[in-house]
Amino acid sequence: MTTFRIKRFNPEKQADPYWEDIEYDIPPGATLLDCLNDIKWTRDGTLSYRMSCRSAICGSCGMKANGHALLACQRQAEHLLKDGRDTITIEPMGNMPVIKDLVVDMGEFWEKVNQVKPYLKEKEKPPEKERRQSPEQFKLIDDASTCIMCGCCYSDCNTLEVDKNFLGPAALAKAQRFVQDSRDEGTGERVRELSEAGGIWDCTHCAECVERCPKPAQPMYRIKEIMSVALEEGVTNNNGARHALSFVKSIKHSGRLNENTLPVESMGYFNIKGLMELVPVGLRMLLKGKIPPIIHKNIDDVEDVRRIFRELGE
Amino acid sequence: MIKHDVLIVGAGLAGMRAAIECCDGLNVGLLTKVYPSRSHSGAAQGGIAAALGNSEEDTWEEHMFDTVKGGDYLNDQDAVEEYVKAAPNVIYQLEHFGCVFSRTPDGRIAQRSFGGHSKPRACFSADRTGHAILHALHEQLMKRGDQVRIYNEWYLHFLIVQEDRCHGVVVSNIQTGEVEIIQAKSVVFATGGYGRVFKITTNAFAGTADGAIAAFNAGIPLEDPEFVQFHPSGLYRQGILFSEAARGEGGYLLNGKEERFMEAYAPARMELAPRDIVARAEQSEIDAGRGWKGEGCIALDLRHLGEARIMERLPQIRQLGIDFIGVDCIKEPLPIQPSAHYSMGGIPADMHGQVVMDSRNTPLQGFFAAGECACISVHGANRLGTNSLLDATVFGERAGRSAAEYARSVGFGQINEGHEKARVLKQIEEIFQRPGTENYNDIRNEMKDTMMEKCGVFRDDEKLTDCLQQVRTLQARYKKGRITDKGKIFNSELYEIIELGNMLKMAEIITAGALNRKESRGGHYRTDFPKRDDESFLHHTLIAQDGEELKLDKKPVIITKYPPKERTY
Repeated sequence: MTTFRIKRFNPEKQADPYWEDIEYDIPPGATLLDCLNDIKWTRDGTLSYRMSCRSAICGSCGMKANGHALLACQRQAEHLLKDGRDTITIEPMGNMPVIKDLVVDMGEFWEKVNQVKPYLKEKEKPPEKERRQSPEQFKLIDDASTCIMCGCCYSDCNTLEVDKNFLGPAALAKAQRFVQDSRDEGTGERVRELSEAGGIWDCTHCAECVERCPKPAQPMYRIKEIMSVALEEGVTNNNGARHALSFVKSIKHSGRLNENTLPVESMGYFNIKGLMELVPVGLRMLLKGKIPPIIHKNIDDVEDVRRIFRELGE
Repeated sequence: MIKHDVLIVGAGLAGMRAAIECCDGLNVGLLTKVYPSRSHSGAAQGGIAAALGNSEEDTWEEHMFDTVKGGDYLNDQDAVEEYVKAAPNVIYQLEHFGCVFSRTPDGRIAQRSFGGHSKPRACFSADRTGHAILHALHEQLMKRGDQVRIYNEWYLHFLIVQEDRCHGVVVSNIQTGEVEIIQAKSVVFATGGYGRVFKITTNAFAGTADGAIAAFNAGIPLEDPEFVQFHPSGLYRQGILFSEAARGEGGYLLNGKEERFMEAYAPARMELAPRDIVARAEQSEIDAGRGWKGEGCIALDLRHLGEARIMERLPQIRQLGIDFIGVDCIKEPLPIQPSAHYSMGGIPADMHGQVVMDSRNTPLQGFFAAGECACISVHGANRLGTNSLLDATVFGERAGRSAAEYARSVGFGQINEGHEKARVLKQIEEIFQRPGTENYNDIRNEMKDTMMEKCGVFRDDEKLTDCLQQVRTLQARYKKGRITDKGKIFNSELYEIIELGNMLKMAEIITAGALNRKESRGGHYRTDFPKRDDESFLHHTLIAQDGEELKLDKKPVIITKYPPKERTY
């Protein structure tokens, strides 16, 4: 017997959410969705959640199980009982307001997808037949195009938890699908917009979205690809790009990170307002004895690091 | 009351394509009980047909002939001709919209082989073609966000028809429970199919006949409902779809003796015979005790294709096998069985998407239909794989255009808002007030079991008579069901109950059509009448409600280029 610990919420009945424990025998081979359906249909019809295709393509049944977002239809329930546990906790996806039980309001999620202008931009009229695209060019957008907009990445995104302005992994993965589409003619414009606050450089590379993505879309890798394109396109007049370039410069030069120049170069030498903002942080670091050594030394094997850069053609 | 020039119900391929077509200058609403990207069109895997000739020379005539032969000559050939001729430009337009397609080495759209098609004409995006097109169309709608209002998670209850014109729909907002009237000059239904009537189905939970029954309840007969396609490769016991592309890429079907049994049924086409023939062959092997490992399934063997090809062309299928049954098709065969997949029948419409009400094709002004819910009849008695995405796109566009033209030519009619709203409120109240002595889950399961067993791949008079009887008993029990959720916010239990009511009606209609058609043709096979009978049955079925009874009528089949011949593969 397994305990399904489900976070219930129905604003018509009660203002606050509560946990309900349901004892349930998992049938062999049942997915988490199969279990929830059986519970709903045979025990408690009020239990609410979204679902449709039950084959991991429609993206309806995103929810959190044991603290992490997943598609209920894609996971064998027994696989959620590792290490001798006897309880599966189920709650709605995070970073979105809850409507009822496991149903969340995805309005903001879609709004952000909309913000990246998720459609092909073309300047010239298309040819009579199909536009040519090589299999290699197709490969560049293949992974992003598998996204099913389930919101699992958005639910568990650590940046979104502290910054609601962040576009979020799904919208940015969708953006990559156009940034690197050989048929799209808005690349420059796109990467400039995506480099603004709330965009690619606000991703903290925690890779949570890669862990949660039920498809090969894996947003963090797509975000990194947009970053590369932005730098190639010379879109470097922003903190994120400057931070990345300063990082690389420092490693290439000394084999280690120069933590004194990094914040200054990230802000930009002529960004007086930004630099002034660093002063109080610097002073507090000084008081706590956290200031890195003023003289930045190379590591012993710095030549090896430089050789790596040469090998990479940098 | 909400007003739109054009209101489209259903936001899959057909619905979204219709919306794109008619948003120019008109006030358009698009209503879906899920979200556009959750529509079941996205589950289509293998491809979309068009005679592009990118990998082998091909013509629209060959595409037409394959479609007609595949449909066992029940297709309306004038519509088929328009449809296959439109195909190449439809594909190019999808490509121009930004749809992601797999490519040939020289950059053209790649094409693969598919069941019943004599040439490799399935354009594809790996094994997620429906997904790729669905998202491309959704993108185009986001681009036109200021012109199309999308109603996500709204449910269609009734169609408003007065005399010979449609005036709108009665709907409710699933998230809030509010009932609303949407008045429209043109209404387009693109509401999908009804595979959920059967126990083993590839269909999403949303495939519950809502649109077909709303039209039926408004007095429109349903056409050819007895023709339900069983897909040869649904996952054993669950029905989760494994694309025909697996066979298109060279996969084998094996019985329990590890024989490629299709040799005995369709030696010329083997695994790539049309779906009705393959599904029957599989069921025959299973029924004869030659199932894979002695069970009620067949093996889909892809091992010889090798890891590289599987990973390139069929990655999603491989993942489905791993996730759902722990089988990696690179190393082991997948257990499959025939699974209810597609409804060839539906709301009768002409090749412009105009819904017609009788055998003389009298139009119902302002009402249009496209996609799986419609029966234009390009598929006849059996649809070929990859022809449905094409159907949804071609006729979605045409229905959208017709709806826009009509909306531009007329003003709004008169609606009795209070009366229309009361119909739904009464329906919901009636469900809340039922005695509660019956269990909806039992009723649903019994319906699905009965339909699968008695109205499935193999049918006969005895089974069908029994089936009809049982479905009617279930309809009576349904009126005494028990609901636990009487709230307004996201009451999914209530909607599932209404959907079950629709499915019980649909089950009755399918069975009545099957009982009446005493021949075997395409997806409809009667063991007591195993031959096609053109003399008596080369016509479409029309079924309408007549008091308590169903009334059956005939409609002629339009035959232009290809007179019926014996159908062998």
